[in-house]
Amino acid sequence: MSAGTALAVEGIEAGYGGAVVLHGVTVAVPAGTITAVLGANGAGKTTLLRTVSGMVRPRAGRIVAGGADVTGRRPEQISRAGVAHVPEGQGVIAELTVEENLRLGGLNRRHAERAAGLADAYARFPVLERRRGLPAGTLSGGERQVLVIARALMSRPRVLLLDEPSLGLAPRVVAQVMGLVRSLREESGLSVLLVEQNARSALSIADTGIVLNLGRVVAAAPAADLAADVSLRRHYLGF
Amino acid sequence: MQEFVEFTLGGIASGMVYAAIALSLVLIWRGTRILNFAQGGLAMLTTYLASIVISRTGSYWEGFAAGLAAGLVLGAVAERTVIRPVESKGPMNAVIVTIGLLIFIEGLAGIIFGGQYRSFPPAFSIVGLRIGSFSLGISRNDVFTAGAVLAAAVILAVVFRYTPVGLRLRAAAFGPQVARLLGVRVGRVLTLGWALAGLFGALAGVLVTPSTFLYPNSMDAIFVLGFTAAVIGGLDSPVGAVVGGLILGVVLEYVGGYLGSDIVPLFGLAALVLVLMVRPSGLFSAATTRQV
Repeated sequence: MSAGTALAVEGIEAGYGGAVVLHGVTVAVPAGTITAVLGANGAGKTTLLRTVSGMVRPRAGRIVAGGADVTGRRPEQISRAGVAHVPEGQGVIAELTVEENLRLGGLNRRHAERAAGLADAYARFPVLERRRGLPAGTLSGGERQVLVIARALMSRPRVLLLDEPSLGLAPRVVAQVMGLVRSLREESGLSVLLVEQNARSALSIADTGIVLNLGRVVAAAPAADLAADVSLRRHYLGF
Repeated sequence: MQEFVEFTLGGIASGMVYAAIALSLVLIWRGTRILNFAQGGLAMLTTYLASIVISRTGSYWEGFAAGLAAGLVLGAVAERTVIRPVESKGPMNAVIVTIGLLIFIEGLAGIIFGGQYRSFPPAFSIVGLRIGSFSLGISRNDVFTAGAVLAAAVILAVVFRYTPVGLRLRAAAFGPQVARLLGVRVGRVLTLGWALAGLFGALAGVLVTPSTFLYPNSMDAIFVLGFTAAVIGGLDSPVGAVVGGLILGVVLEYVGGYLGSDIVPLFGLAALVLVLMVRPSGLFSAATTRQV
């Protein structure tokens, strides 16, 4: 693993109960880049993220985040190692207010940094400041997606794991969310592992990408090359 | 008029004890969906400890503090030793374990302390207060009882709403998976929830025992009423637990006062059945709107 790698996943095997979902998946996220993970339903994309963040324990392989071996650690430990996982769908805690959701993301930072982190979040996402006292359950789908990303950023992660941020969102909102991810990478040098069904919009912001099929990596290349590969597009990416 | 005031104030005082038990049940239910049937047993045990400390030191307040501290510790120990191993195996398993724990604790208390009734001192005078010739139906000790539970509940509410540890407690209750991804050590937070529950149970124990005597089953009836209060409040709402306790306390006092004290225990059970039949989610529960 080179010094410029934010996240290295090497030969991961993982699954649920008796079912093996990932068969030796290897992917590296160079620091300050976006790596897209593409593939059909059931390819193992979400399981890959869940394994990186510790929700699923790998049976074989190694995971190195920010220079530290986190293989087999628990989610709360991996989170503290600088990996923020934004899960698919129900990521907000609906009963807590918008501000409480944000604060929750920053609890492991030092006290003095928490207030600054919150101010940063509100400066970047004014919509959240307007809704700060409301239960997060009252937000629209797009606002929730903004909230879970903002909340993940509160911990100042080195690596952001984003699972299907476009799920259930209108095309215009999808474009906004993708633009946000891209600007985060450019402004703060964040490294992102982005899982998406929507291959076209993911590749539009990613630097590199891998394609998973039935738990194996079938392609790994710069995003532009993947987007230009007609055969890959037809067989795996659906656009 | 005089009777009505007496019954109402007396009902508030005893209702606050039910509220303390209800809060202890709610604290655990919110975080784990486990109903802790051993809560009364644990409170009985901590009250015995308080009783021993009081007789050794001669100081009520040292016994009071020892009882509460023991509640904190016992709650945490119960979670770590007997609940944690079954926590992942479905709530019903854990509930059965708490029933087993209750039987064990009460049996153990019987072996150690014997079955005879012991008296337990009140913190303050139990002579009825009066304004002029108007009797209020409550004593200085009743005022302390209600005030102590109210103060503890307010502190709990402030901690829940305004502190990082309270945020962690609520996050672990509402979204344990998400909380873990955000670095919350949910296991520790659950242990803390059980410890706080133990504290409230212990508080109820030392407050109610002056009027019930102390024996291995002394908290059973109070537990049923506290459980009823928690169900009235919706089981997952701390505010509901307090309001449920107050409603139950006042209603039972009216029933006892106007209809006769013999039917109070019966009425308490009838109220539980009625609430479960008519409004099983309680008055304050968020359960109907919760997305799982």
